[in-house]
Amino acid sequence: MASSLIIGQYVPEESVVHKLDPRTKIVMIFAFVIFVFFANNGWSYLWLTAFSIGAALSTKIKLRYIARGLKPVWFLIVFTFLLHLFVTREGDVLFDIIGFPIYTGALIQGVQISMRFFLLILVTSMLTLTTTPIEITDAIETLLHPLKKVKFPVHELALMMSISLRFIPTLMQETEKISKAQASRGVDFRTGPLKERIQAVVPLLVPLFVSAFKRAEELAMAMEARGYKGGEGRSKLRELEVRARDYLAVVVFILMIVGLFLLRDM
Amino acid sequence: MDISFTDVSHIYQQNSPFEYHALKDLSFSIPSGKFVAIVGHTGSGKSTLIQHLNGLLRPTKGTIEIGDYRLIAGEKPKEIKGLRKKVGVVFQYPEHQLFEETIAKDIAFGPKNFGATDEEIAERIPEVMRAVNLSETLLERSPFDLSGGQMRRVAIAGVLAMNPEVLVLDEPTAGLDPKGQQEIMDMFYQLHHDKGLTTILVTHSMEDALKYAEHVIILEGGRKHLEGDVGEVFTQKQTLKEVQLDVPEVIQFLMDLDERMGIRIPYEKQTIDVLSNQIKQHLKARR
Repeated sequence: MASSLIIGQYVPEESVVHKLDPRTKIVMIFAFVIFVFFANNGWSYLWLTAFSIGAALSTKIKLRYIARGLKPVWFLIVFTFLLHLFVTREGDVLFDIIGFPIYTGALIQGVQISMRFFLLILVTSMLTLTTTPIEITDAIETLLHPLKKVKFPVHELALMMSISLRFIPTLMQETEKISKAQASRGVDFRTGPLKERIQAVVPLLVPLFVSAFKRAEELAMAMEARGYKGGEGRSKLRELEVRARDYLAVVVFILMIVGLFLLRDM
Repeated sequence: MDISFTDVSHIYQQNSPFEYHALKDLSFSIPSGKFVAIVGHTGSGKSTLIQHLNGLLRPTKGTIEIGDYRLIAGEKPKEIKGLRKKVGVVFQYPEHQLFEETIAKDIAFGPKNFGATDEEIAERIPEVMRAVNLSETLLERSPFDLSGGQMRRVAIAGVLAMNPEVLVLDEPTAGLDPKGQQEIMDMFYQLHHDKGLTTILVTHSMEDALKYAEHVIILEGGRKHLEGDVGEVFTQKQTLKEVQLDVPEVIQFLMDLDERMGIRIPYEKQTIDVLSNQIKQHLKARR
């Protein structure tokens, strides 16, 4: 079910991580994604895992909830692990599984790749878990601001992003509503042969597109009626502000990276 | 079909920070052939309740019986398609569910899914078009060419064409003009009588509930606040006040009449004409 996947969902809580400036979070997470690939031994992976779990704990969102929300992803992680385990042929043969030789190199690589995968998903999903979509787009707009010099349409991009993010829940609701209405008219989305299930999507998609276009038109009209004329000279309701806690978070993060490089050489 | 709920609870997204108890230990029964109104504010659990009636949602706790079909908490229901064939649901803004190229095809969609033959469908289409008061000349037009009110009628025709025994209506008049509202409600009332349907009307209009229903269930915060025959329920001003519902205008008028002038006329679904005559009689008798 869609409700069990938490990637992209925002969970309101009163925590330091929630209160951090979204720009700080985006930059740190972006850096983390790069530095994950620098880990090269067991200690460095353990170090990164400890940091990510510590960060997850400080969001005050229940770990059990996060773990359960990542359930669909666990499958991918296990799958990647097994794939590397059976395909890679490096190092010595460790043992045989029903005729398949397992190499030491394969075991190490399998663990490494699936660890990376896990860390990436855990940390990136924390961005959306603790930051509202509006904050994220605001942050992206200010972060990309320098690109305006090369005529990159930063404001328009941010507007498009915030509109699409805004309408994701609306469209989800709409989808649920229409699929329920069609299910009441005897459509079966879940069982039956593949061909029939693909055909069952038509009565769902047509009304969805109709209403999406109608909504877009109404939104454009409402924006014009309120005098929207692009980003030029437009002020903001919520100014982003870098505070002491942001500096503190960055310092902690840099210390973590220094620790990572120390552990790399062990 | 008889419908009965026994200690039904429904929890959305159980065991998550978004857990929400939409229904709490709800029990009631609706005998076959009744016209029942379910009244309550936004968030009182009305929509959740009706989605249980054709198995779109399953109870988290408790048992629901609809004719021979049973929905029991924790059990996968059998024959859900059979249940959906017998319980027709007209959702809020049903015109959003139209998708076919022509009106005829859209009306045929439901019955076809439930295995009706082409001959049966060809027979039912003119019948339901008449029932919703639309001209048969429209049949080959696209449903998206129609006005909002007409689109709604087509969508309703699509549900009626399934030949349901139970008709569930979720705020069927929302967003229509007063005349359209009256027409649609009168149409459902007519169908209810002509076809011997069991009709469940979800509404927040006390007036509609009073006018069309025989039995009323008032929901508040997922619980049953009050249940009974229309006359009984709508005269309990105090209990209705508790959940910020008003007594329907006619009843309020009769109450005021009794209080101020000492004229006591019991409410028995009189039309305005009948009622004014009764008042005239009383006033004459006084003189």
